[in-house]
Amino acid sequence: MRAALERIVVPTLALLASAVLFGLLLAFYAHVDPFEAFGLMYEGAFGSWFSWQNSLTRAAPLILTALCTALPARLGLVIIGNEGALVLGGVSAAAAGIAVTNAPPLVVQLVMAAAGILMGGAWIALAGGLRQWRGVNETISSLLLTYIAIALMNHFVEGPLRDPSSLNKPSSWPIGDANMIGNIPGADVHWGLVFGVVACVLIYLFQRFTTWGFAMEVIGGNPKTARMMGLDVGRYVLLACGAGGGAAGLAGMVEVAAIQGRANASLAVGYGYSGILVSFLARHHPLAIIPVAILLGGIGASGGLLQRRLDLPDAAVVVFQGIIFVAILASETLYGRVWKPKEAN
Amino acid sequence: MGNSGIGLWGVPLAMLAGAIRVSTPFIFVSVGECLTERSGRINLGLEGTLVMGAMSAYGVALASGSPWLGVLVAAGVGLLLGALHAGICQLPRVNDIATGIGLMLFATGLAFFLGKPYIQPKAPNLGAIELGWWSSIPQIRQALQVNYLFVVGIILAFGMAWTLRNTRWGLIVRLAGESVDAALAIGASVGRVRLIATSIGGAFAGVGGAFLSLYYPGSWNEGLSSGQGLMAVALVIFARWNPVRCLWASLLFGAAGAISPALQSVGVTEGYYLFSAAPYVLTLALMIATCSPERSLRGAPGELGAVR
Repeated sequence: MRAALERIVVPTLALLASAVLFGLLLAFYAHVDPFEAFGLMYEGAFGSWFSWQNSLTRAAPLILTALCTALPARLGLVIIGNEGALVLGGVSAAAAGIAVTNAPPLVVQLVMAAAGILMGGAWIALAGGLRQWRGVNETISSLLLTYIAIALMNHFVEGPLRDPSSLNKPSSWPIGDANMIGNIPGADVHWGLVFGVVACVLIYLFQRFTTWGFAMEVIGGNPKTARMMGLDVGRYVLLACGAGGGAAGLAGMVEVAAIQGRANASLAVGYGYSGILVSFLARHHPLAIIPVAILLGGIGASGGLLQRRLDLPDAAVVVFQGIIFVAILASETLYGRVWKPKEAN
Repeated sequence: MGNSGIGLWGVPLAMLAGAIRVSTPFIFVSVGECLTERSGRINLGLEGTLVMGAMSAYGVALASGSPWLGVLVAAGVGLLLGALHAGICQLPRVNDIATGIGLMLFATGLAFFLGKPYIQPKAPNLGAIELGWWSSIPQIRQALQVNYLFVVGIILAFGMAWTLRNTRWGLIVRLAGESVDAALAIGASVGRVRLIATSIGGAFAGVGGAFLSLYYPGSWNEGLSSGQGLMAVALVIFARWNPVRCLWASLLFGAAGAISPALQSVGVTEGYYLFSAAPYVLTLALMIATCSPERSLRGAPGELGAVR
């Protein structure tokens, strides 16, 4: 009970502290009334259906990329290669889409999704496998793999896949308007949001109710015990990393098939890095990822309104997100200390 | 183009020039990160420190007219960000990897927020030493323009290696990184050592950023850094936690970064992007070759959880 209350009180305190810090920055540096700014931020993030749609659209890639950190974290692995899995997932989805561009749209979309998921999954499974069988640290290797992935994207987008008519911003050939996955009926939000929410729920059910999910929890708790119980740790590492990378790869496919229509440098704009932090803020819980991503997506969505009404730089909301990230991460230390056990006093 | 006069010789020359110019921020960031990691702490937020350093150096140089004051302020800003990282990571149960990435996003955002007014105006440049005075070929003269900070970086790398090996302070830093128990046994405060080492590491990264905005490319904009701060982490591993090897690795990474534009300028238009991945592939290959499930990387500080 106390633990459950803590899980609400501690992040709320951290959020309040972030708001105070950001408010001070606005009041004393930018000379803006912080209360007016927060009001506008609420309006721009969740104040109307239009704002909600904007926020949800921004949350979609964060939900999917967060899973890339959250799933391996269940086994005690710290994966930070989300950006690389997203980028390569997007490039391979585009390549697959271009290859079968004349097939019926549903076939094209399924092929693209499969290509994105497989590529992203293989990329992160590589980091997991290196960890398991070569002892290479997965955090560093996944970071290195991200840079290799971005170089590969530049190579393909400016080389083999390049559409010669894309002059200013080298891009791959388009996948074709007919093959775009479009929006959820009745909303200006693309299907990536549904993919993300469904993935989170499925993963939650998997972790909570299946033997494999339980085995992963055992491995994360104590790998030695797990090995003594005869669990094949390597298989679970590959599974968790592959599924997490697959989610990030799917995020890349969604960027291509729902927004850009082609692969280009817009894939590597930092969703992967934000996803890492969303996962940490959600304490790697698949269901908690959804509200955290929507909150951060909402803050991002409100940047435009702050810029128009108060003439604040668009980076203002990035500063606020950064303060929130750091404050909530630092607040981890408060767990178990807000209420001191009576015996200790 | 200017390179046509000396033909294919332009490629190695451009790589030399690139190694000197591009590597300077790498030297500062990696030598700083090397010190931080030797004390047993990893800082993934140096990318943000670098960008904040670049912005504050540019702003101060613009306001005061003195680029060197800008460098000094950049070091101070880096020091503060490093201290913030160390202070937060010192709290129990706080994850240093996530905090580093969080601070990276925070500092980058803050730099863009505070640096908005500096995008247009032109700040004074740091200036360079002309080592190519003996040559009449402009390309050589240009390649051998060496910035003062490059020289400072070389001295820092050797000085850091010497300090770590030969002084009492260096011993304490290494102890804090190798074994907390041993450090406690000689009465050193591990927390304070790491706080100081991380702050100094941050200050170096700030100076690296000042080089970007005040010398090469020599302006402030939001696309200034191309990930040099995060690359430093790879670089320190590639250099196996030795400051002098950090220097060589920085030159190598700088040359690898310069090879793509150099090849482009002589008409090679295909595949050059793959060269920019070479440093990472090399680092990964090195990790795969020297790691085994039984032991971690040779030369890695024992307390550095992030590479175990």
